[in-house]
Amino acid sequence: MQRSKNDVWVGIFVMIGAAAILFLALQAANLLNLSFQSTYRITAKFDNVGGLKPKGAVRSGGVVVGRVESLVFDDKSFQARVTLAMESRYAFPKDSSLKILTSGLLGEQYIGIEAGASEKNLVAGDTISSTQSAVVLENLISQFLYSKAADSSSGSMTAPPSGSNEKK
Amino acid sequence: MSWYKPSDVGFATRSKLADLGLGARLFFRLLLSLPSTFRRFGLVRDQIHFLGNYSLVIIAVSGLFVGFVFGLQGYYTLQRFGSSDALGLLVTLTLVRELGPVVTALLFAGRAGTSLTAEIGLMKAGEQISVMEMMAVDPVQRILAPRFWAGVIVMPLLAAVFSAMGVIGGWAVGVVMIGVDAGSFWSQIQGGVDVWKDVGNGVIKSVVFGFTVTFIALLQGFEAQPTPEGVASATTRTVVVASLSVLGLDFILTAMMFT
Repeated sequence: MQRSKNDVWVGIFVMIGAAAILFLALQAANLLNLSFQSTYRITAKFDNVGGLKPKGAVRSGGVVVGRVESLVFDDKSFQARVTLAMESRYAFPKDSSLKILTSGLLGEQYIGIEAGASEKNLVAGDTISSTQSAVVLENLISQFLYSKAADSSSGSMTAPPSGSNEKK
Repeated sequence: MSWYKPSDVGFATRSKLADLGLGARLFFRLLLSLPSTFRRFGLVRDQIHFLGNYSLVIIAVSGLFVGFVFGLQGYYTLQRFGSSDALGLLVTLTLVRELGPVVTALLFAGRAGTSLTAEIGLMKAGEQISVMEMMAVDPVQRILAPRFWAGVIVMPLLAAVFSAMGVIGGWAVGVVMIGVDAGSFWSQIQGGVDVWKDVGNGVIKSVVFGFTVTFIALLQGFEAQPTPEGVASATTRTVVVASLSVLGLDFILTAMMFT
């Protein structure tokens, strides 16, 4: 009598615990969406992938159409080889181009795919060659400084040699 | 009695070493008792009922309120950087990776560990354990093992309940009260939480804490002086030692898992 009553309560407890784990796995970690959509793999070569990470999004027009599967360095071409798992329900022309973009100012990096004009579509195993690397902040700043320096040096060339500085 | 007398230092060291050896021996006996314990599952089930069902309310309510507080504090910090959309991710990752297992283990030590220690200490004080030994019933097998395995089973379930309630609490404050966009709240969570790396490691952590807390509670009860004072100080030691071990282990586990 006592035992069967305990059985029910323990069963309820285990059910609640299992429901909590399921909630975390399905709602929080989105297990279903990750594993049950069929994908096809394509590769792309980038000079610089910046802060791109595995599981990063591939977006087209802002919609997630695939995920970054792996990032490896290719020591033949000295480029980063990125494997993308694209969702099968989206097809893209063979000459589509890839770009590494950043969502927001401090957001994470993702790959933007822009459709090309080819008649044929990408199939599994294809390689995309027209890619645009991530923007490296240091390069951007040094370019900016360089152009600034070039501006100011050319400015001082045209300005009278001295005197004008002393006035200021 | 003075600490600087070599003989006392030697005696203290030896008795600590003996405690350690005894604890290790008991731990391995409990581990080896797994098959024979589950052949009599009724004992384990009654302990799951006692340790799990009665801890469920305090764990669920604590999780909910931790989630509430995280919702408020996280929003306050994140909105300074204009990224209050990431509130859900912040709450979920913090709970699943750290706070869920750790706070559950601390609460479990206080709620269930103490009662285990006091129960076994009183059995010892009432000489029930000696009686069992005289009847050739192994007290480790009959009393300690079901409680030990019940604690190990219960802890991950409780930690999952804590984390889930915390996420719901964070959602209630963030989305319902403050008005963070519900879509980006969940999509940030789903984009940033990994099933195995985050949820799975959290479950592994809570299993480890289940072993630790339950074992410490049982050991302190089993080794208690069979007097009222002895049981009292054993109960205190359970909370102190279990909490410190959980926090220390958590650091080690985090360093191993998330680097």
